[in-house]
Amino acid sequence: MPNMNELKKRIVESQLWRSMFRHDYPDTPRNRVLQIMANVWLHLHPPKIRRHAIKLRFTWCMGGITFLMFLVTVVTGVILMFYYRPVAEYAYADMKYLQFDIPFGMIMRNMHRWAAHGMVITVWLHMFRVFMTGSYKPPREFNWVVGVVLLTITLLLSFTGYLLPWDQLSIWAVTVGTNMARATPFVGSEGPFGEVVGVTPRYDARAFLLGGTLVGPPALLRFYVLHCIFLPILISLLMIVHFWRIRKDGGISGPL
Amino acid sequence: MAEVKENTTPKPAAQSAGAHEPAVTDRVHVWPYLVRNEFICSIIVMVILTVWSITIDAPLEEPANPTQTPNPSKAPWYFLGLQEMLVYFDPWFAGVVLPSLIIVGLMVIPYVDVNPKGNGYYTFRERPFAVTMFLFGFFFLWISLIITGVFFRGPGWNLFWPWETWDPHLVVALTNIDLPAWGPFKWMGNPKIFGVEVIGFVLIALYFSTAFVFYFLRRDTNDMIRQLGPMRYGIVAFLFLTMMSLPIKVVLRLAFNIKNVWVTPWFNI
Ligand code: HEM
Repeated sequence: MPNMNELKKRIVESQLWRSMFRHDYPDTPRNRVLQIMANVWLHLHPPKIRRHAIKLRFTWCMGGITFLMFLVTVVTGVILMFYYRPVAEYAYADMKYLQFDIPFGMIMRNMHRWAAHGMVITVWLHMFRVFMTGSYKPPREFNWVVGVVLLTITLLLSFTGYLLPWDQLSIWAVTVGTNMARATPFVGSEGPFGEVVGVTPRYDARAFLLGGTLVGPPALLRFYVLHCIFLPILISLLMIVHFWRIRKDGGISGPL
Repeated sequence: MAEVKENTTPKPAAQSAGAHEPAVTDRVHVWPYLVRNEFICSIIVMVILTVWSITIDAPLEEPANPTQTPNPSKAPWYFLGLQEMLVYFDPWFAGVVLPSLIIVGLMVIPYVDVNPKGNGYYTFRERPFAVTMFLFGFFFLWISLIITGVFFRGPGWNLFWPWETWDPHLVVALTNIDLPAWGPFKWMGNPKIFGVEVIGFVLIALYFSTAFVFYFLRRDTNDMIRQLGPMRYGIVAFLFLTMMSLPIKVVLRLAFNIKNVWVTPWFNI
């Protein structure tokens, strides 16, 4: 077996390598810090971090995996948007078209779907981990509150997306889900004190949500806009706050 | 590539910040130690997700048909805990009030948990009440209800074992009664002594007043109550009793076929 150092030296000093990498990377503490500080994406991190915080058994990497799942849904979701029209006549046909005619359409749809479900699971596990390590205690109280809002939006994103294929599964699941709005006290037509306020099935919380009395074309358009524009922007803004607060609250929690 | 060893022996703490700043000295470089973990973790997750997506197709059923209601109609699995609560409570409570209370209740956790211990490490012994409550709510009330909804609910929202075939024509006798019509209370309605319905209100008031009784009995002896103070104690007690109302109603329903405890013309509990 050739000497590994010898081999490495020959590769690194070859003309090909030199043409790509002008100088080598000395692994000094200064360079390690610069790698983080000088990179727009990596500088989300602090340059140094407590030793225990990089252990998998502390964070389970769950916040990070949740974020990764979100990125996957954004990328695959944009691709799906090229082929999907949120109109009752077309929506289902577009799904079929996507599955059978568009190259990689099926796998894009699958990845979008499973990443979304995965995100629901990982965000629960992330909350579970944060609770079990008591990481919501001062000074991180507010970041926990931000997190609960993130969890709620994650569920709403999943739920609004559920309607878009416009098949039996989606409209009935959304019918069951939105039926509860009808029972809201005061503003739902079947809720307590609804008649006192004077709301009717055509004019109550559920009708406002669906744009009608049943899950029809206006509901599809509403859910589409919420799913593809409003909620993603909202969750992105809150994630920025969430990540920023982690740093401002002194990094990942740890025993004092 | 020269190996740079991280210095593992704790250095004397940097004395700049105030007394609140913990003297954390044992730090490692994020590059490469954390970035490497994140990188490997992302690759593993992406491989799993890709293989999963190649092998398992996302469902697509018949086109939407508003005239044909499937039986059972199930919400997405992550909402089946809520749908399952509809069995035990009226929609306004199970579908609106309880979900809102879950969200608000989660948000207030950091403000009502005044125990300074167990911040940043796993421990049960230093915060037994908080951890027990959370595990109970998370596994027993949330995950197990979802599992019931996903695997054990069939047509008519009846209970089926996974190996039983779903029979859409199964008739389950509706024997559920409201509490005032239940055995021990039945005599009150006949002859009508007073508004029997009030019994439900009285019971619920008694249920919540246990919090007051407990407070005044144990205020002087219990450290936790003293640390919480009346305001936080009230919030914790209210959320706790409301949470426990779910398992209580499950037991009332399954063991005694009792549907509602308090019946009014406007709402039932
Ligand atoms: C879209 C959802 C979310 C994303 C992308 C996210 C992302 C992250 C990431 C990357 C971290 C760094 C540590 C780690 O990976 O565990 C973190 C920490 C944290 N998260 Fe989240 N999170 C989300 C939702 C939540 C939820 C639902 C909660 C709580 C209810 C929460 C509370 C916290 C807290 C308190 C920390 C600081 C933990 C510590 O210092 O140990 N987050 N989050």
